[in-house]
Amino acid sequence: MVMSWIWTGILVISMIFSLVNGSASAVSGAILSGAQAGITLALSMAGTICLWSGVAEVMQGAGLTAVLSRILSPLSERIFPSTRKDPMLAQDLCANICANFLGLGNAATPLGIRAVQRMKSSQDMTVATNEMCRLIVLNTASIQLIPANVAAVRASLGCATPFDILPAVWITSICSAGLGLTAAYILGKVWSHD
Amino acid sequence: MTDYIVPSLLLAVSVVSLHKKENTYDRLLTGASQGLKILLSIVPALIVLLTAVSMLRASGAIEAMSKFFQPVFSFVGIPPETAILVLVRPLSGSAALAVGAELMAQHGINSQIGRTAAVMLGSTETTFYTISVYFGAAGIKKTRYTIPAALIADFTGFFMASWTVRWFF
Repeated sequence: MVMSWIWTGILVISMIFSLVNGSASAVSGAILSGAQAGITLALSMAGTICLWSGVAEVMQGAGLTAVLSRILSPLSERIFPSTRKDPMLAQDLCANICANFLGLGNAATPLGIRAVQRMKSSQDMTVATNEMCRLIVLNTASIQLIPANVAAVRASLGCATPFDILPAVWITSICSAGLGLTAAYILGKVWSHD
Repeated sequence: MTDYIVPSLLLAVSVVSLHKKENTYDRLLTGASQGLKILLSIVPALIVLLTAVSMLRASGAIEAMSKFFQPVFSFVGIPPETAILVLVRPLSGSAALAVGAELMAQHGINSQIGRTAAVMLGSTETTFYTISVYFGAAGIKKTRYTIPAALIADFTGFFMASWTVRWFF
């Protein structure tokens, strides 16, 4: 529903601005060229996205997720103390973070949902715990090794070195995850539990 | 340096996979065909949203919005042209991809704005979607401070994207 409002809102804004700026002919031209640009972009991204999904699949098959989980476990025990008592939760949590890291979005979501469900102390609990909030913040901060979609867009626009943004992406994600978690810790101390 | 990251990663993954006696090639193909499905699922949204963004750009609305946000964005060092991306990113992944692609095409793939848009896209997530999927599926109704904390992470991302691009390029 949100997207329906955004779409209609964009149309309204475009109409208003085209009246004010007298850019109506440019706007009506943009409707066709925009739709065309959409399919051109999708087609030229296809190669990178498919190849990268293939590599991600190989990573999963080679057990890289399991190796990463082991490396990650000291850190995740700090952020999520309850994983010390619940090895299954620890497994789901680490797998969720690692799948995100490797860009396996489809694999990450069910694991994350299962982790949140495991964090519930009772079935009818409806208030988020501090650990749940931290898990979501980690997931929304998107720490990703290879942001394949963005690289695909860059390559499709003729960029010769689509991956040259990687160091900048890594530093940015680490900072945003770090500050997001810090904010979650501070808010967790002051925010009421209901 | 960065030129070596992706090829060495490809090689390392393939070697490990072979070592584990996995059928590496089959897995590559399986994954690639899944990639095709993922692509197919975002194509309709890309077409519709790029139409919307192109209309906004042609009408002059994006320019006006950049001007409107100029004082705040320039003050913290974020290129004001990326204002629309900053607004859309937490709401919709495919809309953000469309907006980002349009920014890169408009300002040049290796321009500061183009690169900042790319780093923003690569280092943030569709926050509201993630929150609603995770908590919705787990039956959590009171999200407490999740949204403010996640938005703080997002804005750190937008801010740092602008600065890392300045440092690296």
